[in-house]
Amino acid sequence: MALLEVENLQTHFRTPGGINRAVDGVSFHVNEGETLAIVGESGCGKSVTSMSLMRLIPEPPGRIAGSIRFAGRDLLKLSDREMRAIRGNDISMIFQEPMTSLNPVLTVGRQIRETLMIHQGLDKQAAEAHAIEMLTLVGIPEPKRRVGEYPHQLSGGMRQRVMIAVALACNPKLLIADEPTTALDVTIQAQILKLMLDLKRRVGAAIILITHDLGVVAEIAERVMVMYAGRKVEEAPVAELFRSPRHPYTQGLLGAVPKLGSSLAGTATRLAEIPGQVPDLRKPITGCVFAGRCALATDLCRQYAPGLEEKGPRHIAACHYAAKGAIAA
Amino acid sequence: MSPPLLQVNDLKKHFPIKSGLFNRKPEFVYAVDGVSFEIARGETLSLVGESGCGKSTVGRAILRLFEITSGQVILDGQRIDDAAPGTMRQMRRRVQVVFQDPFSSLNPRMRVRDILAEPIRNFGLAKSAEDLEVRVTSLMDTVRLPREALNRRPHEFSGGQRQRIGIARALAAEPELIVCDEAVSALDVSVKAQIVNLLQDLQREFGLALLFISHDLAIVEHMTHRVAVMYLGKIVEVAPRREIFAAPRHPYTKALLSAVPLPEPGAQRNPIILKGDVPSPINPPKGCRFHTRCPFVFDRCRTEEPTLRATGPEQWVACHLEEPP
Ligand SMILES: Nc1ncnc2c1ncn2[C@@H]1O[C@H](COP(=O)(O)OP(=O)(O)OP(=O)(O)O)[C@@H](O)[C@H]1O
Ligand SMILES: Nc1ncnc2c1ncn2[C@@H]1O[C@H](COP(=O)(O)OP(=O)(O)O)[C@@H](O)[C@H]1O
Ligand code: SF4
Ligand code: SF4
Ligand SMILES: [Mg+2]
Ligand SMILES: [Mg+2]
Repeated sequence: MALLEVENLQTHFRTPGGINRAVDGVSFHVNEGETLAIVGESGCGKSVTSMSLMRLIPEPPGRIAGSIRFAGRDLLKLSDREMRAIRGNDISMIFQEPMTSLNPVLTVGRQIRETLMIHQGLDKQAAEAHAIEMLTLVGIPEPKRRVGEYPHQLSGGMRQRVMIAVALACNPKLLIADEPTTALDVTIQAQILKLMLDLKRRVGAAIILITHDLGVVAEIAERVMVMYAGRKVEEAPVAELFRSPRHPYTQGLLGAVPKLGSSLAGTATRLAEIPGQVPDLRKPITGCVFAGRCALATDLCRQYAPGLEEKGPRHIAACHYAAKGAIAA
Repeated sequence: MSPPLLQVNDLKKHFPIKSGLFNRKPEFVYAVDGVSFEIARGETLSLVGESGCGKSTVGRAILRLFEITSGQVILDGQRIDDAAPGTMRQMRRRVQVVFQDPFSSLNPRMRVRDILAEPIRNFGLAKSAEDLEVRVTSLMDTVRLPREALNRRPHEFSGGQRQRIGIARALAAEPELIVCDEAVSALDVSVKAQIVNLLQDLQREFGLALLFISHDLAIVEHMTHRVAVMYLGKIVEVAPRREIFAAPRHPYTKALLSAVPLPEPGAQRNPIILKGDVPSPINPPKGCRFHTRCPFVFDRCRTEEPTLRATGPEQWVACHLEEPP
């Protein structure tokens, strides 16, 4: 059953240069216990999508439309108070930069404790004990000492683990992780990814993982949604997407990243380039959003926007020539 | 035989840090603590390792952006770490740099034309005003930017285009070596591929040597001839690309490579999950610096520091497991 169902999400910002259609008509769902990855290059609307789900978009200049049904309730129709009860309880979030979401003047112990006291009604002692337990669980050495420290006294990897501890303190049904490992070194990233997988197995939370690292996607996602210029352009189960990407943009992304082992496999040849750059979201786009960079673009593409169509089992893509592209590839 | 283009011998850079008011003992960040390597003409050597291990400090020492603590930096047989200002001027022309953040490294008030003309003038490379113009426009062609863009300013460009301007500025000095410090790290996937391809083309065209500093191991494998792996201010392994990626020998190199997630769903991987964080370079561990996280640590590692030893024709490793007891 779908835990989260997003229907025609539109998040626009009023800016001096015009209306920025950061997210423009995106629909998707996440099942209970499932991991959905959202991929795409910077500025394509990944973070705005996740902030919209949490209703953390500043309004104005932002405006959210559409519907976001979580466990049967439309989050866009809830009062601020009802929404606060959901945030950090049923849905929690790990942000791209841990320093911005941890409070610099409170000890890490106090931050976890307060989350537990507010959301689970624990008393101070119980919350303190549980906070130490959470820090142990996320692999922080000497948790008894660390609860008394401030965020700046921790390394980047430790701060990220504290954020995960805070995010998981309330056993959320849905965890939204926005580039949770992008700022971290690979050895620390490996620790964090393992941690997320372990916790998922233990708690059974659904995860929305936002990243531009296709390696991380292959590692932990079950389903992938590809975004481009504020739209969803393709969606498929992870193995299917990597094996037979249908949208030219997805094909381009997969061809542009070198793979470890390329020199041994003799595949360290020239990288595939996607020419040009992403369109300005403040200007109206007619036709296919990718037409300006697509090698297959025709007049049809430039005039009519392709709709999302089924191209395989549980596999959809928005491209007039997607099937042809897949055969040609 | 001619000397290698660049030779770095036992380079050390210790940054003094402010200690407490009553603390008499001065403290240091041992950012780079005895690093040696060579780069041949036309070669790419990559420096890899985790954040804070000293990669950029090595790069900045070669560019002589500060005075080093000890050691030698030798360019084409001539020491540059202690060269007098007059000699240094010509040497500076031969080693250029491209940084990670193209925005902060370009003067926002200057037009692209002036950004490119500056090094040409500084090093007296243009014979005449016409020659200057020819050079500036051909640089635009080289990095595949439209010539009309010469009159625009950096903020009018995208990240990838700004990085092209940064590369053009480095090329303007006609260098033999370019230090690329995370030059493609901040770029988006599709733009990164464009810039990586450009750097490879330029290397071939001009016979450039590159010191390629990056934490992206897949890009490094794609680009490089040889790799030096750093950990806490030291090189723990140096080897040609093939050896590093097919048969890494140092436990840290192995862990680092195994931690990279592969873009292949269902790929069978057994990442070596290292415990803990990188220790502080203010108080690096005694003995082998990696011993606090090494899965193979034994007694000797905690007291005695391993030195780099040849384990193959071009492979050097600093680990007690490679040494006779
Ligand atoms: N000017 C300085 N004063 C004091 N410490 C410094 C200075 N510059 C660098 N360091 C320290 O030296 C060490 C090495 O830094 P360096 O910038 O060379 O790392 P790096 O390998 O380039 O890391 P990254 O991958 O994060 O860029 C770090 O601990 C850093 O904090
Ligand atoms: N508060 C805001 N005001 C105006 N524009 C915004 C705001 N937040 C995000 N945007 C714009 O929305 C678009 C999508 O951004 P974002 O979702 O952060 O991208 P990413 O996919 O990199 O996470 C970008 O064009 C960005 O500039
Ligand atoms: S619809 Fe046309 S322009 Fe758009 S991705 Fe498909 S082929 Fe390319
Ligand atoms: S010397 Fe010892 S601690 Fe260091 S890498 Fe080798 S086995 Fe590990
Ligand atoms: Mg983002
Ligand atoms: Mg650096």
